[in-house]
Amino acid sequence: MTAASVAAVLQAAPPDAITAPSVDLTAVMPVLIVLGAACVAVVLEALLPRERRYAAQVTLTVAAIVVAGFWTLLEGSRHRYAVTFAGSVAVDGGTYVMWGVLLVLALPSVLLMADRVAEPGGAFVAQAAARVGSARDRVATQVATPMQTEVFPLTLFAVGGMLVFPAASDLLTLFVALEVLSLPLYLLCGLARRRRLISQESAVKYFLLGAFTSALLLYGIALIYGYAGSIRFTDIAARASAGSGSDTLLLAGIALLTVGLLFKASVGPFHLWTPDVYQGAPTPVTAFMAACTKVAAFAAMLRVFSVALQPMYWTWRPVLWVVAIASMLIGAVLGITQTDMKRVLAYSSVAHAGFIILGVMALSQQGASGTMFYLLTYGFATIGAFAIFTVVRRGSGEASRLSDWAGLARRSPVLAASMSLFLLSFAGIPLTSGFIGKLSVFTAAVGAGMAPLVVVAMVATAITAFFYLKVVVLMYFSPPAGAAEDGAGEPYVVVPGPLTAIVIGLSVVVTLVLGIAPSWFLHLLSVPFPFTG
Amino acid sequence: MILLVMIVLPLIGAIATATLGGGGGSARTAKLVALLFSLAEFVLAVVLWVVYRRDQLGAGTAGAPPFRETFSVDWIPSFGVSFSLGVDGISLVMIALIALLVPIVLGASWEERLPEGRTVGGYFALILVLQAAMTGVFAATDVFLFYVLFEVMLIPMYFLIGAFGGVRRTYAATKFFLYSLLGGLLMLASLIGLYVASGNTPARAGLGGTLDWATLRSLAGQIPESTQLWIFAGFAAAFAIKAPLVPLHTWLPDAGAEAPVGAGTLLVGVLDKVGTFGFLRICLPLLPLASSRLAWLFLLLAVLGILYGAIVAAGQTDLKRFVTYTSIAHFGFICMGVFAFTTQAISGAVLYMVNHGIATALLFLVVGMLTARGGSRLVGDYGGVWKVAPLLGGLMLVGALATIAVPGTNSFVSEFMVLIGTFTRYPAWAIVGTTGIVLAAVYMLWIFQRTMTGPVRGAAVLDIGGPEGPASGSGGLTEQPQREADDRYGHGGVAVAAPVGTARGVTTAVRRRFGDLSPREIGVLTPLVLLVLFLGVYPKPVLDVINPTAERTVVDSGHTDPAPRVPAGAAGATGAVTAAATVRVPAAAVHLEGTGQ
Repeated sequence: MTAASVAAVLQAAPPDAITAPSVDLTAVMPVLIVLGAACVAVVLEALLPRERRYAAQVTLTVAAIVVAGFWTLLEGSRHRYAVTFAGSVAVDGGTYVMWGVLLVLALPSVLLMADRVAEPGGAFVAQAAARVGSARDRVATQVATPMQTEVFPLTLFAVGGMLVFPAASDLLTLFVALEVLSLPLYLLCGLARRRRLISQESAVKYFLLGAFTSALLLYGIALIYGYAGSIRFTDIAARASAGSGSDTLLLAGIALLTVGLLFKASVGPFHLWTPDVYQGAPTPVTAFMAACTKVAAFAAMLRVFSVALQPMYWTWRPVLWVVAIASMLIGAVLGITQTDMKRVLAYSSVAHAGFIILGVMALSQQGASGTMFYLLTYGFATIGAFAIFTVVRRGSGEASRLSDWAGLARRSPVLAASMSLFLLSFAGIPLTSGFIGKLSVFTAAVGAGMAPLVVVAMVATAITAFFYLKVVVLMYFSPPAGAAEDGAGEPYVVVPGPLTAIVIGLSVVVTLVLGIAPSWFLHLLSVPFPFTG
Repeated sequence: MILLVMIVLPLIGAIATATLGGGGGSARTAKLVALLFSLAEFVLAVVLWVVYRRDQLGAGTAGAPPFRETFSVDWIPSFGVSFSLGVDGISLVMIALIALLVPIVLGASWEERLPEGRTVGGYFALILVLQAAMTGVFAATDVFLFYVLFEVMLIPMYFLIGAFGGVRRTYAATKFFLYSLLGGLLMLASLIGLYVASGNTPARAGLGGTLDWATLRSLAGQIPESTQLWIFAGFAAAFAIKAPLVPLHTWLPDAGAEAPVGAGTLLVGVLDKVGTFGFLRICLPLLPLASSRLAWLFLLLAVLGILYGAIVAAGQTDLKRFVTYTSIAHFGFICMGVFAFTTQAISGAVLYMVNHGIATALLFLVVGMLTARGGSRLVGDYGGVWKVAPLLGGLMLVGALATIAVPGTNSFVSEFMVLIGTFTRYPAWAIVGTTGIVLAAVYMLWIFQRTMTGPVRGAAVLDIGGPEGPASGSGGLTEQPQREADDRYGHGGVAVAAPVGTARGVTTAVRRRFGDLSPREIGVLTPLVLLVLFLGVYPKPVLDVINPTAERTVVDSGHTDPAPRVPAGAAGATGAVTAAATVRVPAAAVHLEGTGQ
């Protein structure tokens, strides 16, 4: 081939073969703030002397989340919407609502992680590399060496991934965001200061199952790409509406993609990791996962189902009927038999996931808004409940057994009352936020013709109320728990440190305000529908 | 506005009481404050009644608004929900009943022995919270608000039973809560269904759903029957659990028996009537097609309840459980009246709700005073109490006679109206229901005979050693088999009684230790006794308030009163007793008003 012909080919090529994608950095500024702060935090971790890291990291993390939150609020109220990064990130009204909910829930989670009063030195291990039971580990435990501050950058990275997850409008961005949010979580799960083996076990379990699900998700993405020839949500929807191509590819792809998303949201029957991981992970991390990961996963589901898979809703909706019923009943029935508080809440979260998915299935403005509102109310009640967990202790660790909570109302009436409030909110008693959440989601579901599912949900709620009530009964009507057989002494309550106290107080206020005067918040969280893609 | 004050006032009282009585030192002040607030509430109720009557008489019946004394602010506009209050005749009498019973209950609980570690301040505060919630339920004119308060009402009652009740209080409280919550959640499903269905009616096209009672009432005919049936099912399940109809009643005997006497009185006397009230307020006017279609089911359950409640009551060995079973029989009568769809029957049912509240409160409180003295709830532990405590025995007799609706007591009027009203539409159900009267006489007189008459006997009466006496603490259910055996032998003729010959001497000694009613107890029971007698001979003031609303409910439910098949003169000639004549005056007046419109 001569140089001339090469030149001819080059000449023939269109002059704009490669154009730089339009990038709207202001639209994704909250993500940039959080991820940027995470990178700065890594550098701080390397440069600052050990004793100054804690203050710097906490300040930086809180500041990043608060600034990102304000940015979201301001931009969201200006209705400046954009689809940017060559159509792979959609920042619309829905995205702003999701970001807002995520950041609002991330803040108390971080405060809870930063608390070093309930567990002297912090809930995280001083040196993760020290082998469990080794001399170094024992010394670190005895003298309550302050925790490593690497949890803060990890959390920021996870939050960053969570922010991208629901904004993703193509499948690859979705996958990358999922990995960015998951990897730090796997690590965080294994960093508990007490009961380190069970914590590490939970991390491994979570990682293995998570990796497996990631593979499923990726396979699903590949199949859908095979069908549609594109990974963009809107292209997939257009191709599916046109109805060309092999339905087998599409259906298998949808199935695998759905499983991947349901796993992250711990919807039954894909919930099997939930109880173990909730139990093993450090309590602040459990709270973070229960609140924020759920928000991110359901928000992503909202976008995937209502943009990419909307034309095919008749294929996946019947499947989700079964999934929702299974999730509600598994969570409710198995929750009854649990004797460990964290496992009780884990199964309760499975049941709640079953309720929330009704809002996703409704495919309506009401459904999407209801889902976000539900997630907000559930998130705050959950974080509040886990915050109370951290201060009810026995021996050197948290008093996780149900029986340790007996007679709590006499030891500390305020904590018992707060806990009861959160439990009543979970049970959906009116004048608590949980009730308004259920009302919004269920109204949307009935409007979308899913009345039988709502009836099942009501029955499941009544069953879950049984074990919430069991805790209330224990706290109020039982004599205080005595010393345990294992010589760990009587359960006692630590006076919550300022950070934990703020978290509990904030959760109580939010639970009451959203229950009694939800009007303004319902308006604020109303998600424009349909989403842009 | 007065209604809002009536809801807020007890809440303020509760906060004050809890604050004062929390520490323990100032329990007496706390109790006085609670009583003062409840008396203020009673005064407000009287004012409300007077104002309502004045407006009612001034306005005339034609074109009257459904509710008076209304108050409304937007609450959650995105769900079409407002915080709306108002009263009609039915809710007015119920609110008045609450305001009457709460001070009485507080007075009766003045020296209540509470479980260890509980303060009387907390107890009285919870009763006031309960009062606020119950008043709100009856005053709500927004279905959503009704639901919210219906559920919230559970919480103070749950803690009243669970924290202050008898031996098996935890079990009873949990059972009560779960039953009610399940009903409430089914109701929530129906509430959502009603909201969505109302948005789908032609009249609301483009406006979206609503939960405002008056709007829903005007839409009632536009919701298709199949939809109505589903919505009805959820509401009816909640109400059938609350006003326990028979297959769903099992929580009430436990809750009623384990609750402290005051709370139990409010539970049976008022709280359960929210169920029958719900039928009248929501099911009949808002879902008329479904109500008419399923009326047979509720008549069947009602009659079953009348018979089953009466028969099981006769077999009870626990006095408080006994009272709750009699109530289940009475709820059968009320429910029968509701689903007869005649003005007379519905007026009778509402009057029954009031009368049962008064009569059962009397009976429950007297039984509470008896068991507080004896320290046992078992029938077999008592005998010949009348000789020991004549006043207590006499008042128990009044309560018992009022409960079995002897003419001259208030319950007779209402029971008669329900039966007559039902007979005009459903003669067969009314006839079967009438047997309940006979059974009531059986269970009530039998238990009265066993506990009050005959020689002085029974462990609780003879071994009495004050509150700390040997007779089994406050509950004694665990010792039931043994006691039952005693009971049987006692009636078999083997003397558990005092040594023969010195019976009078023993009675005097026992009387001194057992003690008759104290002045406080007499003062508490007097208003109830007076009302039992007064409403027994002159129920007109209450019926005048109830009748227009009952009539409206019949019209809303899509029915008209059946034309009398027997000339009025002939009915009078059948030898009805004097009290019956009293009943027929307002009833006839209603018919006249009805024809006049």
